[in-house]
Amino acid sequence: MKKLLIPALLAALLAGCSSTPVDETSGAPVDSRGGSGVTPVTAGGLDSRGLPRELTDPKSQLSQRSIYFDLDKYDVKPEYQDLVAAHAKYLVANRGFKVLIQGNTDERGSREYNLSLGQKRSDAVKRSLVTLGAKEDQVESVSLGEEKPKNPGHDEAAWAENRRADILYRAPDGRGEF
Amino acid sequence: MKMTLMPQIFHKILVFLSLLAATLAHAQLSIEITGAGANRIPVAIANFAGDPAAAQVVTATIRADLERSGLFKLVDPGGAPLDENSPVNFGDWKGRGADALAAGSLVRGANGRMEARFRLYDTQKQAALGGAVYVTGNDQLRAAGHRIADYIYEKLTGEKGVFSTRVAYVVKSGGQFKLQIADADGQGAATALTSREPIISPVWSPDGSRLAYVSFEKKKPVIYVHSLASGQRQVVANFKGSNSAPAWSPDGRRLAVVLSKDGNSQIYVVNADGTGVQRLTQSAGIDTEPRYSPDGGSIYFTSDRGGSPQIYRMGANGGDAQRITFEGSYNVSPRPSPDGKSLAFISRRDGRFQLAVMDLASKQVQILTDSHKDESPSFAPNSRMVLIATEIGGRGVLSAVSTDGRIKQRLSIAAGDVREPAWGPFNQ
Repeated sequence: MKKLLIPALLAALLAGCSSTPVDETSGAPVDSRGGSGVTPVTAGGLDSRGLPRELTDPKSQLSQRSIYFDLDKYDVKPEYQDLVAAHAKYLVANRGFKVLIQGNTDERGSREYNLSLGQKRSDAVKRSLVTLGAKEDQVESVSLGEEKPKNPGHDEAAWAENRRADILYRAPDGRGEF
Repeated sequence: MKMTLMPQIFHKILVFLSLLAATLAHAQLSIEITGAGANRIPVAIANFAGDPAAAQVVTATIRADLERSGLFKLVDPGGAPLDENSPVNFGDWKGRGADALAAGSLVRGANGRMEARFRLYDTQKQAALGGAVYVTGNDQLRAAGHRIADYIYEKLTGEKGVFSTRVAYVVKSGGQFKLQIADADGQGAATALTSREPIISPVWSPDGSRLAYVSFEKKKPVIYVHSLASGQRQVVANFKGSNSAPAWSPDGRRLAVVLSKDGNSQIYVVNADGTGVQRLTQSAGIDTEPRYSPDGGSIYFTSDRGGSPQIYRMGANGGDAQRITFEGSYNVSPRPSPDGKSLAFISRRDGRFQLAVMDLASKQVQILTDSHKDESPSFAPNSRMVLIATEIGGRGVLSAVSTDGRIKQRLSIAAGDVREPAWGPFNQ
């Protein structure tokens, strides 16, 4: 995740500076700037669902929407704190945006009990987002239980992929993923 | 149609229900009997007299019903039709091994209606046990057969038959979810709802006219009440968060539901029109899968308040809860029997999820299956059988198991996964 965050930030900085004349004297020698070091960014662009590219561009950290959980665990693992923080930051900066967090479980056990366990996972992500500044009414946590497996298999690898919470976005104009 | 009779218990008997079932095999539930009772009552269903085609449908339905129940052994009636007024040679029928005999006729009455008449005899006492007349349409001949089978079942076993009841279940096939309703023998399947998103937890209203269920069509679980005759659907609970696990109160006026609107999953009650929501449980953990006792006085539910999911019981208005299950670390999906005597649930034993039944008076628990992925138990309205979803060869099938574990039937659909069964109430 960290690897992706840095180019995304650089790209955002470059895009923000694009209208400012560059002071040639303070810059590095021209021949040391590789042309391939610049990631083209289209500011204000929307994807087909009406969401900013920032949320959907595979190069953007915010396009990462899944948080995985260990077996019988319902807390956000340390390795996902950065990702959750990035989403919280986006929600703080964009108060008109809302998210739906869908909790999921593996297939073992009662469907209804699994629905409640999936809710614990989405609630954990919601708590983190709200703690980091997102507003209560920007975030809804729900559960799909075992009903929408990402991996339809029946082994440990499949189950690990299905113990998950997904973040869906909706823009202020109502367009989006839910 | 000729029934194949096998004397040995637990031998597989394939019941070919009808040619129609074969041609619609992809859509119909087919039933395989995989176990039968130890002491089956030998009964002969004579070929009914009158309209031959109609009589054939009715007698085939009666025989298939009785056979499937696992409580009867069908005795070959011979070829000659016997109507309800024919003289009966009791010695002859006793000689064939039949303790009981049914004879009858199908007669076309005025305005195209059919009259199904029959009489049931006790060959030992050499006396009639009773009889009835059912007026029926040509398209309702199977229904008439089910009614007659119910009559015979009740006279000979002392408990009500469930052949005229219906079952609801969900079929997952080709990325679609269908909520279907079929007769208890799997015939006459009709689709109440088709959705691209999952449908779970269907439950019948006590009068059999409506189903409550959870649909994910809004990207989250929402509870609906669906009137079967009109197809009209009403949202009963769509609060912020998840809405799930509906259960009708026995008077049909309210639903116990599980909502996460105030945090973790807790049990609430709402009126059947979605008004008047009230919270019933106040725990720090998960409370879910509520089910009313048949007298409406208490609610059984699953809770992890003690550290692992176990079954508890509380008053119908909430309050203190008593733990009901103690054996094992995973006991879920409580379903009190309609007669109030037992509790079916799913118990995890050695990593396998199996159907268990507790005798509520003695607290004795019996595991009824040897499968590994049982879920969603549902009692027949006469409390004798429990319908469950299970998995065979990686495919979802339904299985009906008698509460003594002896009688087993399997219901499957050729081209899909079947799950989430709900056995409807007695026909009213």
